[in-house]
Amino acid sequence: MSSLTVSSVYKKRKSYTWLYFLLPSIAIMLVFFIYPILLTFFYSFTNLALTGEAAKELKFVGFDNYVRMFHDPTVRVSIWNTLIFLIGSAVIGQQVLGFIIALLMKHKNRLFRRIIGTIVLAGWVTPEIVCALCLYSFFGDEGTLNAILSFVGISDVTWLYTVPMLTIILANIWHGTAFSMLVFQAALDDVPTEIEEAAVVDGASRLQILFRITIPYIKDTILTNMMLVTLQTLGVFGLIYAMTGGGPGTSTTTLPIFMYNQAFVNYQLGYGTAISLLLLLLGIVLSLFYIRSMKEQ
Amino acid sequence: MVKGKKKWLLGSTALFCALTVAMAGCSSGSGGTKTAEPGTDTTTTTTTGNTDSSGEGTAKTKTTISITYRDDGIGEKGTFYKWLKELSESYPNKDVEIKPTPIQASEGDYFAKVALALKSKDTAPDIVTEDTFILNSDASAGYLEPLDDKVKAWEDWTNGSFIEAMKKGVTASDGKVYGVPYNTDSRGLWYNKEIFKQAGLPEDWQPKTWDDVLNAARTIKEKTKDVVPIWMNMGKATGEATSMQTYEMLLYGTGERLYDNDTSKWIIKSQGIIDALTFIQTVNKEKLGPPLSKVLNGQAGNTASREYLPKGKLAISLDGSWITGNYFDTGAAPWPEYKDVLGFAPMPTSKGQDPGSITLAGGWALSIPSNAQHKDEAWDFIKYALNKDNTKKLVIASGNITVRADVAKDPEYTAQPFNGIATEYLQHAEFRPAQDKYPEVSTQIQTMVESVATGTSPADAAKKYAQDVTRIVGEDHIVEK
Repeated sequence: MSSLTVSSVYKKRKSYTWLYFLLPSIAIMLVFFIYPILLTFFYSFTNLALTGEAAKELKFVGFDNYVRMFHDPTVRVSIWNTLIFLIGSAVIGQQVLGFIIALLMKHKNRLFRRIIGTIVLAGWVTPEIVCALCLYSFFGDEGTLNAILSFVGISDVTWLYTVPMLTIILANIWHGTAFSMLVFQAALDDVPTEIEEAAVVDGASRLQILFRITIPYIKDTILTNMMLVTLQTLGVFGLIYAMTGGGPGTSTTTLPIFMYNQAFVNYQLGYGTAISLLLLLLGIVLSLFYIRSMKEQ
Repeated sequence: MVKGKKKWLLGSTALFCALTVAMAGCSSGSGGTKTAEPGTDTTTTTTTGNTDSSGEGTAKTKTTISITYRDDGIGEKGTFYKWLKELSESYPNKDVEIKPTPIQASEGDYFAKVALALKSKDTAPDIVTEDTFILNSDASAGYLEPLDDKVKAWEDWTNGSFIEAMKKGVTASDGKVYGVPYNTDSRGLWYNKEIFKQAGLPEDWQPKTWDDVLNAARTIKEKTKDVVPIWMNMGKATGEATSMQTYEMLLYGTGERLYDNDTSKWIIKSQGIIDALTFIQTVNKEKLGPPLSKVLNGQAGNTASREYLPKGKLAISLDGSWITGNYFDTGAAPWPEYKDVLGFAPMPTSKGQDPGSITLAGGWALSIPSNAQHKDEAWDFIKYALNKDNTKKLVIASGNITVRADVAKDPEYTAQPFNGIATEYLQHAEFRPAQDKYPEVSTQIQTMVESVATGTSPADAAKKYAQDVTRIVGEDHIVEK
């Protein structure tokens, strides 16, 4: 009886009231989110420029920017650099290191966990630009690393110029590992100890437990984390710009840096927006790949 | 199954949203941090514009004229700032307040920031300092106010006080005048006589060919310790300094040019390009230049002129005539001995062919943005600021060369060390192409030079340059030599 009235009330209310509640957020989304995206999309088909004749009148140039992109060798270099940076610093660096730290900290003394956790978190809470300056002065010609190495007799190495990609990868690992560590800590805490104990009773080695039980158990978390870290890393700009400026040459020019250079150094805003859409596409492709593999398990 | 598909769809839409947020964050991060300054600088000034509030009838309306210029990081110690401060005190029209609104940026970033500021009425200053290389572009973009009517009515402009050739630098391709020049410069080889003496080289150095320059550098490398033999700006980060002080000085020294005026086409392939790049390659291959880590960042120009040269760590520097401005008591790196220690030799042509030496001339001008709020007041101030006495103060304080014929004859000006020689070099001076595509071509030059400095072969770098320039100016506007 009572259930019937509840459902009828529910049915009556099922008009469009929900829409009114959603309207403010939809409006905000449209203005600050959908509109800029559409605008970016539109500008990528124009000759929008910061200065020069093109800045005076906006012209529709069709697929010119995209054609130019396919013929531009620097685009290929930038995509390549972006992928190396992504795999090196996000997929391998932050994920693996974060996982290892989280794993090693499991079941450890609380004080120990707290101290180590705080140290790792320091990198995460440091603003990107401060982090870049810290690591710049660490890797710089007269930096900390060279000062330390001089004690063991290794003379000055110009880290930022001989191995620029490695320095920015290490910088991003230093900056971002804490995030993965936190995610994995939470996930590992959820792995039931009973299963692990049962495995021990069955005579499984620690490595077997890790690869047969722990990792499969948190696979979803790994993929979600992978996706989040990937998206964060794709957008990294300040860190690289401040440390190497994309150089020397184009050796650390990732897509965001290349986009900035085209838009604000070469004054070609239209071309810059086209590159930003390429970046977006790359992110979508990578993420769909992760989602797919999440689904397939 | 259906449920799974739905979930997948939901997931991917959520993802798309998350991703675009990330992108938006990224783009605002890149654009935002870089462009925030001019905006904030100038908005504060425009709000202090006309304060004709009815309540304060006794207070006179005061107009604020904002002036945007580049501050390379020294703030109130900068010559331009000090000069403006002095002028604002002496300016006879007390109803006008002069407000400096500097943009603190590297040389390359300054122009992008200025362009962004000029786009809007809310952020455009009343007066802006424009490098003559970008003036034409900004004029084509409609950012600047043509000043023809105004200059015609200005006696100083019409009576020959300004050197006629210098008016070319502020005339855009449409034939209109878009600024009043306040300085110019020449370029050459600064060298440290003490190091030369130590290395057994003549103190009165007059290289005749590029080989003379390279051989001197080789001798210095051999005979001295911890001295950089020759410094040229070679990075993208040093922007126009790399294009003009290094590449164009070399290229024009081979007899080739960037742009063919007769056919109105950009030269994308020539022996001159290869020769100029080979010079840069030689300097780096034989380690005659500065360490790349020092020269490829935005501070490179200052590192050379303010640090290496005064400290005796640099023998030869291919740089502009203005660097002595750093060594005055009021400069960024006071060095009273510079008059005796430094020498300024002309940059020879590649094989010593006519005219024997080469220099490029640039310079800066004061312009009024189209979006300026107080154009007439701004013009009145420009006339005052760039009269004979005030121009003289600025060029002497900054170590630049004057664009005014009357200042050039002034004893106080000619008494400045090196001013005589620097002005003499202007006889063979070449100017950058007054083309609206030049700034873009220039960034390709910087890319090309940096790639050679970091190991790419001149032929490969030149090939990429040819492709990039073709893309920028179009197939119809290029020529191979």
